[in-house]
Amino acid sequence: MTDTRTLEIWRGGPDSGERVAYEIEAEPGMVVLDAVLEVQRTQAQDLAVRWNCKAAKCGSCSAEINGRPRLMCKTRLDHLPEETPITVEPIKAFPPIRDLVTDVSWNYKVNERIPPFTPAPDAEWSIAQEDVDRMSEFRKCIECFLCQDVCHVLREHRLHSQYFGPRFLVRLASLEMHPLDTLDRIDMIKDEAGVGLCNITKCCTEVCPAEIHITDNAIIPLKERVVDRHYDPVMMVVRKVTGRDRRARNDSPVDEHAARGPVGPAWPEDSEKPVPGPGDQPVG
Amino acid sequence: MALEVERHEFDVLVIGAGGAGLRAAIAAAEAGARTALVCRSLLGKAHTVMAEGGVAAALGNVAPEDGWETHFQDTMFSAKYLNNWRMAELHAKEAPDRVRELEHWGAVFDRTPDRKMSQRAFGGHTHKRLVHIGDRTGLEMIRTLQDKAVHSGIEVFMECTITRLLKDGERVVGAFGYRRGSGEFLAFAAPAVVLGTGGGGRSYRITSNSWECFGDGYALAYDAGAELVDMEFVQFHPTGMVYPPGVVGLLVTEAVRGEGGILRNRDGERFMSNYDERRMELSTRDVVARAIFTEVKEDRGTEHGGVFLDVSHLPDTTVRQKLPSMYDQFMELAGVDITKQPMEVGPTCHYFMGGVRIDGDTGHSPVAGLLATGECSGGMNGANRLGGNSLSDLLVFGRRAGEGAAEAAARADRISLQDVGLEEAAQEMLDYLEGQGTENPYQIHDDLRDMMQANVGIFRDKPGLEDAVSKLDELDQRACRVAAPASTRVYNPGWHLCRDLQTMLTVSRAVTLAALRREESRGAHSRLDHTGFDDYWGEHNIVITREGGEMRLVDEPVRKRAELEQLVQQRQEQEQQATSKANTP
Repeated sequence: MTDTRTLEIWRGGPDSGERVAYEIEAEPGMVVLDAVLEVQRTQAQDLAVRWNCKAAKCGSCSAEINGRPRLMCKTRLDHLPEETPITVEPIKAFPPIRDLVTDVSWNYKVNERIPPFTPAPDAEWSIAQEDVDRMSEFRKCIECFLCQDVCHVLREHRLHSQYFGPRFLVRLASLEMHPLDTLDRIDMIKDEAGVGLCNITKCCTEVCPAEIHITDNAIIPLKERVVDRHYDPVMMVVRKVTGRDRRARNDSPVDEHAARGPVGPAWPEDSEKPVPGPGDQPVG
Repeated sequence: MALEVERHEFDVLVIGAGGAGLRAAIAAAEAGARTALVCRSLLGKAHTVMAEGGVAAALGNVAPEDGWETHFQDTMFSAKYLNNWRMAELHAKEAPDRVRELEHWGAVFDRTPDRKMSQRAFGGHTHKRLVHIGDRTGLEMIRTLQDKAVHSGIEVFMECTITRLLKDGERVVGAFGYRRGSGEFLAFAAPAVVLGTGGGGRSYRITSNSWECFGDGYALAYDAGAELVDMEFVQFHPTGMVYPPGVVGLLVTEAVRGEGGILRNRDGERFMSNYDERRMELSTRDVVARAIFTEVKEDRGTEHGGVFLDVSHLPDTTVRQKLPSMYDQFMELAGVDITKQPMEVGPTCHYFMGGVRIDGDTGHSPVAGLLATGECSGGMNGANRLGGNSLSDLLVFGRRAGEGAAEAAARADRISLQDVGLEEAAQEMLDYLEGQGTENPYQIHDDLRDMMQANVGIFRDKPGLEDAVSKLDELDQRACRVAAPASTRVYNPGWHLCRDLQTMLTVSRAVTLAALRREESRGAHSRLDHTGFDDYWGEHNIVITREGGEMRLVDEPVRKRAELEQLVQQRQEQEQQATSKANTP
């Protein structure tokens, strides 16, 4: 049993592009990636698309399907409305290379800046399962960068130079919550990673294919750790008296309010997406 | 034409950034070598992320009686004694240290009640041996290695494909390739090149392998004059998804059986009792795959051509906690709630036991400057790999190859690349763009996959294999007439596939010729026209080299080791006793 579906796939490069319609015969259980690869095989052999595992384990085939950031390999055609064409576009927080492929290299540069796991030299490797479970949620991340794609700070405000994005706050959380890690990354989380810029709209959590509670379990606890150190009035008095921690502060006040800031709108279901263009270069 | 090639010079070049390549690069960098890591995909996306069940290491955390000797024996028995004994020994001895080291680098694994790394049961392992985290152990490993690598001073070249190894006389001195994003050419000069390119499942129709598993390392090494060994042994994982069509071949982890999953045919019969009464669902992969294939062929299969794999008798919480990604996978892609309904599964091409023949201690091939590790090397796994041994294999031999490469580089003279080799390599790629070919590369790939699945799959016979050889000849001819679909060099997958076809055709031919030559059934290689073990073949590996542009196949005695003879004999006797006991009414 097959039926014909229309895909409108964004074709183009850094300077311009448009959606091009293709028709395919849908098989039962077909996912968008199957459909895109079928188009590539039979109608547009030069169609640029990234994919690897086709099993939602590698996070390569990120795209915006009907305007929503998703993994192509995890989105079934029969779960999308039949009446309208299926639109497939590249993620927008990063510069386009060609067709569905974008330049995500910025993410890898951010990762390099995060100090790695650092246990004590004489650590005893005894860990409780509950610690494992807590870290495991963060370590499920498949680096699809869909959270980076929807994050307003990166997508709309293009603050790539001031903010690491949800993915790397999740990474920082996994390190911070490792019971045997000895490094202190709190100042990095506050300053370089810019955790204060997150205003908790939870868009990242909504699109995460690994179902990580990014905002609640990673970002908010990190914000709390920053607040405890830098903005807790009791601790400020203690520090004044003891003379410890006279670190200069040069952040915008947004940090102080962000942790308890208003909850913004969720990711709009059918908002108009900007077509990638030359102006969309990350700041970083 | 002025040749535009981006040039780089390193001490060690590692090709492939799965677990083996990453581990090799880390070892090389730690040994002081200036190291480059080149990968086809983005970093952290390699096929290793798909490994689910666990990494085998005789830590003895759950079963204190476990030790390297038993792990060695299990590996030897599963491989039908065709492995390089030394490699099986090194693997069993060093796997525990490599896993501990991974934990020290930040990997997080499930725990025992006394807070040690937990270990689960797996097919063919005598004891509970697989260190794991849920069913996403590969992701945990690759992320840990990736983060270690980027802080080890390694230079990473993402989304670059290597098309040729460059030689100076008899010695490998670097590699040539292109950047997939821009289509620009690049060349590396390096006195030591490590292949860590993984397996070649993309030549089969039904496979668990990810996009990039073309078998680059086999073809690169073969073209450079190295030896391929055991290429006839292709592991079909017993349990891949069979429905819906879009997900056919997708892996269903062996951990499902490790946690107590039961296999049944359409009639509800627990059929493994007819194939391996002692080990049942936890028999070795070759046995379970053949059993499922046979059930389906003899019309006891499910509606979609598989058998049932059932965990619905286990508590819901166990399933959700121990097999979370399987639960999601079936729920999302097949609409099946595995806590309540059985899964439908069938065999899927999963792993190449064969590969580049190396010296296990150092990773060196016989060609100076060329090393290999992980799935793209051969010898460790013989005729059939044990589940969980690939992740430990890539750690143990990744490290050894990285150190071996750094050592070789330290001894080597300075390299200067000759323009002539580069021009030829560049022209090959440009010809696909500029040529007048009429064949569609995707169509040839499709035809190859169907042919390999039908003729060189789980069960093989002489007529089918001979037919495969003549079809490969035809496909070779067609692949010469292939043309890139558009003239752009910017991220043009059709262009890339033109070259990848050459790789897959070489790999497919090696598998087919070796399968034709081995006239017996052993491990993953089953001949319908030669169904039993053969004493001669039990003592020989098939080694393939390139001679005058043709494949030359030679039988060479298994590489044994006198001091391990006793352990091997002990296991052989145990098996004989167990079998005769089982056969006594």
